[in-house]
Amino acid sequence: MTPEVTVARSLDEALAALARDGAAAHVLAGGTDLMVELRTGRTRPERVVDVWKVGELRGVREENEGLRLGALSTCAELLRDSRVASHAPLLVAACREVGAEQIQARATLGGNLGTASPAADLNPALVALGARVRLRSRRGAREVAVDEFLCGYRKTLRERDELIESVLVPTRPAHERQLWRKVGTRRAQSISKLTVAVALAFEGACVSAVRAAAGSVGPRTLRLATLERELVGRPLSPALCRSAAAACARADITPIDDVRSTALYRRHAFARVLATLLAEPDGVPACPPS
Amino acid sequence: MARVVGSRLARPDGPGKVAGTTRYVADLHFAGEWVGGTVRANVARGLLEAIERDAAFDFTRVVVVGPQDVPGANVIEMLTLDQPALASREIEHFGEPLLLVAAPDEATLQAALAALRPRITPLEPVFDPRASTKVFKEIRIEKGDVESALAGATRTFEGEYESASQEQLYIEPQGVIALPPDENGVVTVHGSLQCPYYVQKTLVRALGLPAEKVRVVQEATGGGFGGKEDYPSILATHAALLARKAGRPVRMIYDRHEDLAFTPKRHPSRVRIRSGVDGEGRLLALDIDVLFDGGAYTTLSPVVLSRGCIHAAGPYRCEHVRIHGRAVATNHVPYGAFRGFGAPQTCFAIERHMDHIAAELGLHPFELRRRNALRLGDRTATGQLLKESVGAQAVLERIAQRTHIDTHPWRAPKTTRKRRGLGMSFFFHGAGFTGAGETMLHARIALELDAEGRALVRSASTEFGQGTETLFKAIAAEALGCEPDDVLVAQPDTHAVPNSGPTVASRTCMIVGGVLARAGRELAARIGGNGPFRERARAFVRSGGDSRVEATYQTPAGLEWDDKAYRGDAYPAYGWAADVAEVEVDLDTFDVRVVRFWSAVDCGTAIQPQLVVGQFEGGSLQAVGFAQLEVVTTRDGRFQQDRMATCIIPTALDAPDFTTDLVEVPFSGGPFGAKGVGEMPMDGGAPAVLAAIEDALGLHVTRIPATPEHLLELWLAAHPEERL
Amino acid sequence: MKLQFTLNGERLELDVEPLRRLLDVVRDDLALTGTKEGCGEGECGACSVLVDGVVVNSCLVPASQVDGCEVVTIEGAGFERVRQCFLEQGAAQCGICTPGMIVMTRAWAERCRREGREPGLDDARTALAGNLCRCTGYGAILRAALDAAKERP
Repeated sequence: MTPEVTVARSLDEALAALARDGAAAHVLAGGTDLMVELRTGRTRPERVVDVWKVGELRGVREENEGLRLGALSTCAELLRDSRVASHAPLLVAACREVGAEQIQARATLGGNLGTASPAADLNPALVALGARVRLRSRRGAREVAVDEFLCGYRKTLRERDELIESVLVPTRPAHERQLWRKVGTRRAQSISKLTVAVALAFEGACVSAVRAAAGSVGPRTLRLATLERELVGRPLSPALCRSAAAACARADITPIDDVRSTALYRRHAFARVLATLLAEPDGVPACPPS
Repeated sequence: MARVVGSRLARPDGPGKVAGTTRYVADLHFAGEWVGGTVRANVARGLLEAIERDAAFDFTRVVVVGPQDVPGANVIEMLTLDQPALASREIEHFGEPLLLVAAPDEATLQAALAALRPRITPLEPVFDPRASTKVFKEIRIEKGDVESALAGATRTFEGEYESASQEQLYIEPQGVIALPPDENGVVTVHGSLQCPYYVQKTLVRALGLPAEKVRVVQEATGGGFGGKEDYPSILATHAALLARKAGRPVRMIYDRHEDLAFTPKRHPSRVRIRSGVDGEGRLLALDIDVLFDGGAYTTLSPVVLSRGCIHAAGPYRCEHVRIHGRAVATNHVPYGAFRGFGAPQTCFAIERHMDHIAAELGLHPFELRRRNALRLGDRTATGQLLKESVGAQAVLERIAQRTHIDTHPWRAPKTTRKRRGLGMSFFFHGAGFTGAGETMLHARIALELDAEGRALVRSASTEFGQGTETLFKAIAAEALGCEPDDVLVAQPDTHAVPNSGPTVASRTCMIVGGVLARAGRELAARIGGNGPFRERARAFVRSGGDSRVEATYQTPAGLEWDDKAYRGDAYPAYGWAADVAEVEVDLDTFDVRVVRFWSAVDCGTAIQPQLVVGQFEGGSLQAVGFAQLEVVTTRDGRFQQDRMATCIIPTALDAPDFTTDLVEVPFSGGPFGAKGVGEMPMDGGAPAVLAAIEDALGLHVTRIPATPEHLLELWLAAHPEERL
Repeated sequence: MKLQFTLNGERLELDVEPLRRLLDVVRDDLALTGTKEGCGEGECGACSVLVDGVVVNSCLVPASQVDGCEVVTIEGAGFERVRQCFLEQGAAQCGICTPGMIVMTRAWAERCRREGREPGLDDARTALAGNLCRCTGYGAILRAALDAAKERP
């Protein structure tokens, strides 16, 4: 009943434990998800690898291609890091609305990605930022776009011997606006009813590139293809904001009724929030242009 | 001249609570204790065929208790005897207890529970109270001639109002520890509970023991709000049955899931109102139909319905009133007590109806209420003559001064995306048990001196956050003429304190406090003399004087109640209050942020104003949650919000800034003029918030909780062009 | 596993299951019952403790992760001023959320001081949003928190 636990002190130890034969191990980071799962018996792993003390998974580094964030970066660390603030204000805004302080101190970037809940708040932000996740195993390392990595309801492309090592947020374009909005069941300590994250690059008055993603409105973190298509190459007029948001809400999301909200609400609130977010970025908890 | 009344005493329970040294039941351990758990039904209605035992589990490691192990009657005695301690055949609700297990540790317990599998033939459940054929209680209140008055009215109105259930969500889950019979055959239960003598009564029946062989001790209790009025009787019975059979202490501390899934919550309601007014908006007739879903067993539904019906006409003068109420059976987990006890549901209905009338007449909601408010010398719906302490006009004046709600352009068109709105409510709440309840209960307390000359208050009235201990210190000190520090308050323990009744119904201050004040004055008279109290008291004790006073409740002269006709003096006195809520509604999300919240409150003399404000703000936030944030739904008879992650209550960020003004209109029958306050704030918050939402959005919402989902649907119905 | 950590200033060595909750280590193994369990899933904050100066829900922290750490519970030193502010404002009613509230308030007040920030009401609300209280409506608690953050050590 009690799982076998490996408390890894280094990346090598963690990877060795993951590479062992037998039942696949569950990775334990900040515990905000797995500790509850274990307690309620919803998850009964045979093996757990605790990576919390693996120093190689911590820290934020500037690289040529962008900002590299260790998988064990907590929400609290991310939202106090000035480099993250200037590079990815969208991610900071998302971190600020995860749980409350106690959860922010423990919830990690890697945990959000690994759990791959459709309601995980950091994942839409990472998708909108075009982030890539680096997976490491004893076989080597590889990088996968977060968008592809989150491949289904609580499903990822992580192989059983792989560990999420870090995330690369690519260098930002010169003129960009990053937008974020979470709608939860209350004003803090809430699981989202919907989240939306948008990164807009501009050339002159026209949108030159868009990446957008949403959470809690489908079985996984969703990329908003219709929205991206509608906006590219056009100036952000109020009419376009409204029509693109509505088209996106019709085509890009597949919300359901659950204990937190309804499909009808999610679709309509999503369209309304998104339209406002695009049209009046200063009037909502969005991020200032970097 | 009052010395202690109106002051701000340090809470005697404060230092232990801020230091973390106060022991709650989960913090206690007894030598040799085992842990107990419950095997429950997994259907809402059915017939229990058998409980299969997994042969792989060694049952000699645990103790199992079934219906056949109940030495007394297999019932939970509350108002009636319809609920079994353990179901043996008919299953009436999801999670109904079937068997109990005690084990040396949690892991063994969980393994044993998993190895006991009930086999149940499902039957068709009833979930819709309108379809129920079983009525727990029916109440009719008649005054005047409603039909004629409606026929003669200038305008008539109709409305239907619904409220969902609500979870008490005390932060400390339910828990008890039962000890096996001691050498004298006394069974002891320590628990988190509001009503030690209720628990004792239930145990006496189920264990088949005389009352003196059953001892119930209240430990520090982490919130109750009514939720620990009835359920501890069940949990204590279960733990005591296990302790008896195991011959060792058994602790049953629910985890949050078990507490949320299987313990009682507020009664869902549907209230219909027909009203008639004259040309000036004066109420001529009210015809009110109240339906409460009682769930599977009677529990406290009859008295919840009673309080709900008596308050259903609101604090308004009206000559012709008919109130018809029913609490019916369904196959939901039984509903029970929650602060307000039926009144928040009916108060919500009448207040929303008043706003409806106001909007239809083009009369300001404040003015409509002012015109119709009960006054000294008026009679209530039950025909009670209001002889004194009617703060109705005073609280209306105060709330208008404070908020200018009386001149606020209610429902004026608005265009911004975030819409602000203001709304009000006006309400009253009877203090103490209904009708002849207090006379029959005969609350008793004892006040005695120790050798040090300190006074000890013995009562069964429990502290669970309201400030009972502080309140009693203040009342006793004022009555005795001593310092508050000269007064001690005994731990509620049925072997050590007389039965002052349950700690419910806004009765602790006015009723029990009144008895205490009388005892204090009597003891002070016995001691006599002048000078420092402690010296006089010590001398009195040394001289062999009778240093113990027992006092009982005496019904004030002139109080009359006819329980058959539901007529007469329903309560000795009423508290009166008006609330104003300010909301901001985001038109994108329909999230409602309650920004500010004002109350003007007459609860008579405020013995300890800080406690009154604490009660009012805390109760108002629960009401704000009830209005729009807190959702309780069922599916196949199961509560869907059975974890704290899904059972949402307000956080510090969801709470408004509160302003609470006390307007003290003393009541001669209460201690130093005090009435009751505990439940009252629960009545007014929801209608005030809904009125504010109506101001912001122009939508007349008649259902709570008014969730963003509900508001969006109403908005789209009113603005179909915005539908996707 | 062998667990070494400092609890309220005292160095301890225990033999525990690595996934045992810090909450159970503190309450059951070490009989420090001031830390309360309200939900067991990180929602209510009643089990808040400090680990290396950071407030966490001890129901979500496995014992393995406090190895080598400094843990402070409500029984530890340094809470006196916050406690006094709670008493003065009547911020403890039923008291079950109080230890967790006080732990969080202390951390917030110290942060305000450290960062030289003027403590504000909205900031206090945000800081305490992970600690649920059902008695007070939060008014008295927020007043106590502001008092605690404003007073000089």
